[in-house]
Amino acid sequence: MATPDSAVSTQAPLSFERHPCSYQHWKLTFDGPVATLGMDVQEDAGLAPGYKLKLNSYDLGVDIELADAITRIRFEHPEVHTVVVTSLRERIFCAGANIFMLRGSTHSWKVNFCKFTNETRLGMEDASAHSGLKFLAALNGICAGGGYELALACDEIILIDDANSAVSLPETPLLAVLPGTGGLTRVVDKRKVRRDLADFFGTIAEGIKGKRAVEWRLVDAVVPTSRFKEAVAKRALELAATSDRPSSGPGVTLNPLSAVITEDAYTYSSVSVAFDRAKRSATMTVRAPQTPVEQTPEAILAAGDQFWPLRCFREIDDAILRLRVNEREIGTIVLKTEGDSALVLGADQVLLDHAGHWLVREVIHFIKRTLKRVDLSARSFFAVIEPGSAFAGTLFELALAADRSYMLDDPDQHNTVHLSAMNAGILPMSNGISRLQARFYGTPDQVATVLAHAEPFEAADALDAGLVTFAPDEIDWDDEVRLAVEGRASMSPDALTGMEANLRFVGPETMETKIFGRLTAWQNWIFQRPNAVGPKGALTSYGTSDRAEFDYGRT
Amino acid sequence: MISSDKIPNNVDLHLNKRLQRALEHWQPAYIQWWRDMGPQGFQHFHEIYVRTAISVDAAGWAHFEYVKLPEYRWGIFLADPVVNRTIGFGDFFGQPVWQEVPGEFRNQLRRLIVTQGDTEPASVEQQRWLGHRCPSLYDMRNLFQVNVEEGRHLWAMVYLLHSYFGRDGRDEAEDLLARQSGNQDKPRILEAFNEPIDTWLDFFMFTMFTDRDGKSQLLSLSESSLDPLARTTRFMLTEEAHHMFVGDTGIHRIVERTCQLMKESGFSEDVRRLGGIDLPTIQKHINLWFSLSLDLHGNEISTNAASYFANGLKGRAEEGKWTEHRVIETTYDLDIVENGAVKREAVPMRNAMNEVLRDWYVDDCQSGVTRWNKTLEKYGFSDRLRLPDRKFNRGIGQFASIHTDPDGHMLSDDEWARRKYEWLPSPADKKYLLSIMNQPIYETGKFANYIAPPARGVNRTPINFEYVRTEM
Repeated sequence: MATPDSAVSTQAPLSFERHPCSYQHWKLTFDGPVATLGMDVQEDAGLAPGYKLKLNSYDLGVDIELADAITRIRFEHPEVHTVVVTSLRERIFCAGANIFMLRGSTHSWKVNFCKFTNETRLGMEDASAHSGLKFLAALNGICAGGGYELALACDEIILIDDANSAVSLPETPLLAVLPGTGGLTRVVDKRKVRRDLADFFGTIAEGIKGKRAVEWRLVDAVVPTSRFKEAVAKRALELAATSDRPSSGPGVTLNPLSAVITEDAYTYSSVSVAFDRAKRSATMTVRAPQTPVEQTPEAILAAGDQFWPLRCFREIDDAILRLRVNEREIGTIVLKTEGDSALVLGADQVLLDHAGHWLVREVIHFIKRTLKRVDLSARSFFAVIEPGSAFAGTLFELALAADRSYMLDDPDQHNTVHLSAMNAGILPMSNGISRLQARFYGTPDQVATVLAHAEPFEAADALDAGLVTFAPDEIDWDDEVRLAVEGRASMSPDALTGMEANLRFVGPETMETKIFGRLTAWQNWIFQRPNAVGPKGALTSYGTSDRAEFDYGRT
Repeated sequence: MISSDKIPNNVDLHLNKRLQRALEHWQPAYIQWWRDMGPQGFQHFHEIYVRTAISVDAAGWAHFEYVKLPEYRWGIFLADPVVNRTIGFGDFFGQPVWQEVPGEFRNQLRRLIVTQGDTEPASVEQQRWLGHRCPSLYDMRNLFQVNVEEGRHLWAMVYLLHSYFGRDGRDEAEDLLARQSGNQDKPRILEAFNEPIDTWLDFFMFTMFTDRDGKSQLLSLSESSLDPLARTTRFMLTEEAHHMFVGDTGIHRIVERTCQLMKESGFSEDVRRLGGIDLPTIQKHINLWFSLSLDLHGNEISTNAASYFANGLKGRAEEGKWTEHRVIETTYDLDIVENGAVKREAVPMRNAMNEVLRDWYVDDCQSGVTRWNKTLEKYGFSDRLRLPDRKFNRGIGQFASIHTDPDGHMLSDDEWARRKYEWLPSPADKKYLLSIMNQPIYETGKFANYIAPPARGVNRTPINFEYVRTEM
């Protein structure tokens, strides 16, 4: 980038909390089982100065609102079965990520931007697959780049047939980069567009419109302007009819988290993050419930966002997002838990007993998505398991998500970890397998063996079973943990990020892992290359009088 | 049971649960190792008049008593701390020294300490048969003094491993006893420590030249940014000085005896016929042990050395005498081998730190040789002993790929093969040395024919003192 220390990444710490009444870029409306998310991006309301969000182009701020809206529909509006994603602007659906924002961003900002937008779109697909919430993209105008990628994340795409509006992925021909939000992967993997046609599509800036767009499977239908709204409404209701969500509310309100954010710590009700900036590390402590959680769906509904599993993981989610974007220098996150394991296991049992209830289902999937965010964070995670911790069931997933775990083995102090049925596959990783399956990829029988172990694991047993990495005794403990954290902090953050991503996702590939692994690896390479971001690169010269000049050598 | 009474120390062992626990396991293994691999035949019935360090002040350091070797009180001592000591060189120059190991440098420091530590028991193992060929009780005592102190130096390194490196450190401490000099499966780390030392001329050469490499290394480690390492090695240096005294004076006494024999025979007689050790044989051993010890300093151009220096882990000998301590711009001229020819080249000084230390070492060796030559002069001989060229007989570094004579002139492979025993001890030389050493001298005040008595006894004792006695 021309300005590596641009305004975009030197803003005040970013918050990810939003509320519909203060959305700047979206209008969320409800009509029975159909909600409509209307995009209406305010040009002058970008997160940073230096660019205008013209033509419904977006930056991270726009996407944070989108993510908030989708989460709220899931929790607050169980009666909604279909979400129509459209634009409130005439003849423009969405022009994609804002080029000038990208040009002015640091590399890490671009990476975090793409990561978050990908997680949001995968969240839409998760809602469709697991929560009976369908998404219908109603493309009422031009739909380019990230705009089309947003449409691709929906279950179906209806494109207006006005002899002008097209869908396109112009990144390669226009900007010398890739669509950064899974566009290429979804075109062939999800929509199953033939690869040669996709190749052509990916090289023409103007895109494809009309009948051909349908024939090539780029959209599901094209509808003339006069019948567009009617067709969208009709299809939205048809999709809604397939849903297993309740026909009426109430939902639960997601209230503000009321975190206390200071230079030294984040403090939530069940989560705290304390920084040790000198060591470039932070300790995230997650606290078990203080009392048994609500036992029935009715009680859980009444508890709403104070139901411990939801409250706790909303807080973890928020903390991880803040750490990613606001605390770049904090390379190592020590994960700790506190409290009564029995209460965590009790909460697990409630989740499992009522997994079919729409709200409990949403809570479980929220926990799943939050844990995926941990997996996908470019930070080193070390779980530190000490007496008084509560690494049980769902909270033990944090230890399983960690790159390493250290468990104190002190004969004088009780220190255990405990598995529950929540570890058995209900919280899969991006690769579709559980963290236990990933951990025991070379010894698959061990998964059943450890799950059959109903008792807590003492440190030595946990070590034997392969559930923790190291179990130092009380004499070595402080030094081992200190040296591990210090040693980690001294290594190249780039190499660590690559190493961790390689090791975390063993086993099968899914569309999700392809999007994060394959596509972002390429994109992050291309984002660094002079052909895109050099003085004469395409991203640099876009919108200026200069023409991009390429080094035509291939690798 | 681990107690401060049995293990003299100034590291608050009685309060240090971690160290006690580690030593409870390690100390019996050490004693077993000492019995198995220490001086053979002098463990059970002999009492040796040795010095035991019981504190770091001058009085505690000069504590002499008769002990059976396995009952020696190996202790743990650190030199007194220097108040407000700061890092003396490298990238962290001027910052406070570290009292614990930074995670970033854990592996590098562990490697340094293990490599240093491995040489200590190795030399005991190499020397374990020498007692049976001793030239006098005085010399036998010196041998065992050196041996127990090498053992204590092992304790010093093990103390660091136990105290600062957690479980890995304990494992490494065990491996220090598991490796054995010359063992095919688990040899000592450095090749020079895998050959037995079976003649007393070799022993004196070893303590003169190889222990002096130990001194180089200890000097450079005593500058370390890790304060416990610096303090440990500073105290070790006081003991190491005695070892070099044994080597330096041992060779000196042999030279002196050779002069006496030659003089008594009217300068014409073959010294070997008189049972002495001829000057060419002495020179060959100098050539051998000097060149082996040069190898121990490592490659002339070394990224490891540069990294150790940059991180403040290992400095130059007597760093305080240098004027510039970051050494970022400075270059250093050294000989390198290119296409079989030697040429001079400037390299960044940080990369040449091994060679800088070698410079210090060569100077320090030269002073010993100069003293021996004074004796030759005193007796009216024109022959002189000397150090061979640095390129001679090298197995590590730039010159490992070439052959030279002791003057540094290049030789072909053939010529080297044909002539090497002109400059290095031959099997016949070894046979001769063993022949004059096969009868040990166990009588007080008596010395083998090839070596002169020392100028004075140990700890102001007379030379005919009973340095080694057997149980009544």
